[in-house]
Amino acid sequence: MWTRALIPVAAVLATFVITSIFIILAGANPFEAYYNFIIVPLSSKFSALEVLVKATPLIFTGLAVTFAFAAGYYNIGAEGQLYAGAVAAAWVGATFTNLPAIVVVPLMLVLGFAAGMLWALLPAFLKVKLKVDEVVTTLLMNSIIMYFISALLNGPWRDPETGWPKSPEFFEAARFVQLIPKSRLHLGFVIALILVVIVFIVIKRTPFGLQMRAAGASKAGALFAGINVNRTMLIAALVSGGIAGLAGVSEIAGIHYHLISELSGGYGYTGIIVATLGGLNPIGVSVAAMFIGLIDTGAQTVSRVLGVPVYLGDVVQSTLLLVTLSMLLLQNYRIKRI
Amino acid sequence: MLAVEMKHIYKSFGPVKANHDVNFDLEQGEIHALLGENGAGKTTLMRILYGLYKADMGEIFINGEKVAIHSPKEAIAAGVGMVTQHFTLVPPLTVAENVVLGYTNGVVLSQREIEKNVAAASEKFGILVNPSALVKDLSVGERQRVEILKALYRNARILIMDEPTAVLVPQEVDVLFESLLRLVKSGLSVIFISHKLIEVMAVSDRITVLRDGKVANTVKKSETNQVELAKMMVGRETFGVRLLDACETSEPIYELSGVTLDGKHGKKVLDDVSFCVSRGEILGIAGVSGNGQGELTEVITGLVTPTKGSIKIEGRDITHLAPGQLSDAGIGRTPQDRHEGTIGDLSVAENLALEHIKDYTQKGLLDRKKIRDDATTIIKEFQIKASPGDQLRKLSGGNMQKVVLARALSRKPKVLIASQPTRGLDVGATEYVRNRLLEERARGTAIVLLSEDLDEVLALSDRIAVIYEGRIMGVVPSAEATPEKIGLLMAGAVQH
Repeated sequence: MWTRALIPVAAVLATFVITSIFIILAGANPFEAYYNFIIVPLSSKFSALEVLVKATPLIFTGLAVTFAFAAGYYNIGAEGQLYAGAVAAAWVGATFTNLPAIVVVPLMLVLGFAAGMLWALLPAFLKVKLKVDEVVTTLLMNSIIMYFISALLNGPWRDPETGWPKSPEFFEAARFVQLIPKSRLHLGFVIALILVVIVFIVIKRTPFGLQMRAAGASKAGALFAGINVNRTMLIAALVSGGIAGLAGVSEIAGIHYHLISELSGGYGYTGIIVATLGGLNPIGVSVAAMFIGLIDTGAQTVSRVLGVPVYLGDVVQSTLLLVTLSMLLLQNYRIKRI
Repeated sequence: MLAVEMKHIYKSFGPVKANHDVNFDLEQGEIHALLGENGAGKTTLMRILYGLYKADMGEIFINGEKVAIHSPKEAIAAGVGMVTQHFTLVPPLTVAENVVLGYTNGVVLSQREIEKNVAAASEKFGILVNPSALVKDLSVGERQRVEILKALYRNARILIMDEPTAVLVPQEVDVLFESLLRLVKSGLSVIFISHKLIEVMAVSDRITVLRDGKVANTVKKSETNQVELAKMMVGRETFGVRLLDACETSEPIYELSGVTLDGKHGKKVLDDVSFCVSRGEILGIAGVSGNGQGELTEVITGLVTPTKGSIKIEGRDITHLAPGQLSDAGIGRTPQDRHEGTIGDLSVAENLALEHIKDYTQKGLLDRKKIRDDATTIIKEFQIKASPGDQLRKLSGGNMQKVVLARALSRKPKVLIASQPTRGLDVGATEYVRNRLLEERARGTAIVLLSEDLDEVLALSDRIAVIYEGRIMGVVPSAEATPEKIGLLMAGAVQH
């Protein structure tokens, strides 16, 4: 079991070694690059808080993916469910002008959650009723919502003043409060941390969580124990969609204050990396989200200081995912001398 | 001239003599049945003829010429075709494409032309298929016809059919036999492998009985009968078996009546299964693998609802209860495959608690202390070598089986379903499990023991029901049961 905890550390080290090749190819010194990647962002208060800002949506999507994966449902659609939540929040934030924050914010969260669930409903239903592979359908739903949003922003929601494809600005009450003055860190981060605790309790400490993990680990075993596997999977899929929806609410109400089609920098997909790195454990997910947030922030610094492409951050993330997956697979084997 | 002559064939797999000095011949235009129990060496002999195995010793003649067949390709070239139980068709392709697959010349494949050719062949041989249908849409019987046509299309003059009726429903069997008889009239020679006496008597001209890899006898159908063949198959006198009524028992508390389950393509995998079990009694269910034991386990453990029939405990109908409710009704359930009835990734304690999660819930949260404490008690009582937090998959087979058994027995069930309880276990663990079952019996539990291990069934049961092709062939009191008697019932040789 101790190897399980060692995997993230070993994976990070292996990733550094592998990506060094690309850094050298880009004409930079890997040690200098990693100094800028890891150390520099943490050495100033502003950029350290920025790491948390970047981590916030990833905690949400990482939790969303974790919740579904734990039940054996491969939700690749967190990206689309995030946008569904954002659409709901955008509507609330620009519509209920005379409500106080104490009402508007919870309303946004509830409707954002519901919208995420709604967007997750069709693939989940197809999976349970017709055994349609959810990996394909959830992924396709991501494309669908992008066209829907494009239609919204170029049609009814086009900004009346500037004519840009962005939704009307949020009213003050609907904007998440800043936690620390002059930083972008907002209420969403706190909500994300609360959700970490809730998801942890649900997965690890409730009867439903146990049944969910049972269904995810062995469908046959769960059926034998009398668990309604389809129902469990359906609920997990919908809750997963709801959590991803909250990521959208958090981004729009915490950062942008209006809906744009570039709201998410692929947070839904990165959530899969975060969930995997975090070992499908909510606590691990929050750590992994912050680490990915750090690499994201660091990539900007590295690019600025050393003149290497900013895509290096993506390369590091992707390499990390591949290395982690390989290690998870390989830990089931032992080298034997014969 | 003989179509096939196999002389002094020897074939061993390690210490097992699959074929030992086997002589076999096939006349032109006859149906020659190869009869024997499972493992008698029928299929091995035919695989040698078809080039799938190489004989250790012996000679093969086809149409009077000595041949050396090293591969199915050479067998086909020599005019031998084989249709196995497991079809070798490509489901997404059409019938015509499957028939010509690997047997076409040239680069261009004209769909219309091959369909025309296959339709012509279909007509010529009298084997009705629709050349443009997709194989995946066909029934099992239709697929078998495609396999036969495929062999004939490759100019097979000698056709080996390996247990062709095992997968068919009765009507399809009739159609198959009609086709075979017609084909034989037009000069085809058929070798028909079977262990079913009735079918052998229905369709063949001559019968060769194999027993333990040797030829017991070759006889003409007109000069023999089922009883004599059964005697040859098992090698002993087949004294009459006294059969009990399915519910002839002292105090029945668990009762199945008329349980029927439809499988794919309309074949009944369970057909009118009825039996009773009393308090403190073990009813063993013996049968060759694939005759419905697995399906019966699924039905009585609540995983599958039967198409017809009812299941009762102490008079209460429990046919439609879900697995969890069955436990509450007093049924202790163990899965036929311990790996599929448990969650390897979860801990021992979690696996023990999973089925009765309501008992381990307090204020909406898991009562982790109770889960652990109960697991500790059970582990001690059943001498399981594990701690509550261990991942179940890390346990040895014996300990895992103890967990499975403990999970069922810790609820003090009135009826215990023990399915393949010692499969794959070592001697010590097997002993433990069997003793535990006998203790439960002494405690007054009614036990249904489903096992493919005939010795186990004989050793533990009070009465033995034999299942064959989804039907209970008969119930025998264990005092009068011998492996031979049960074996005959298991092979479907004795009809009741």
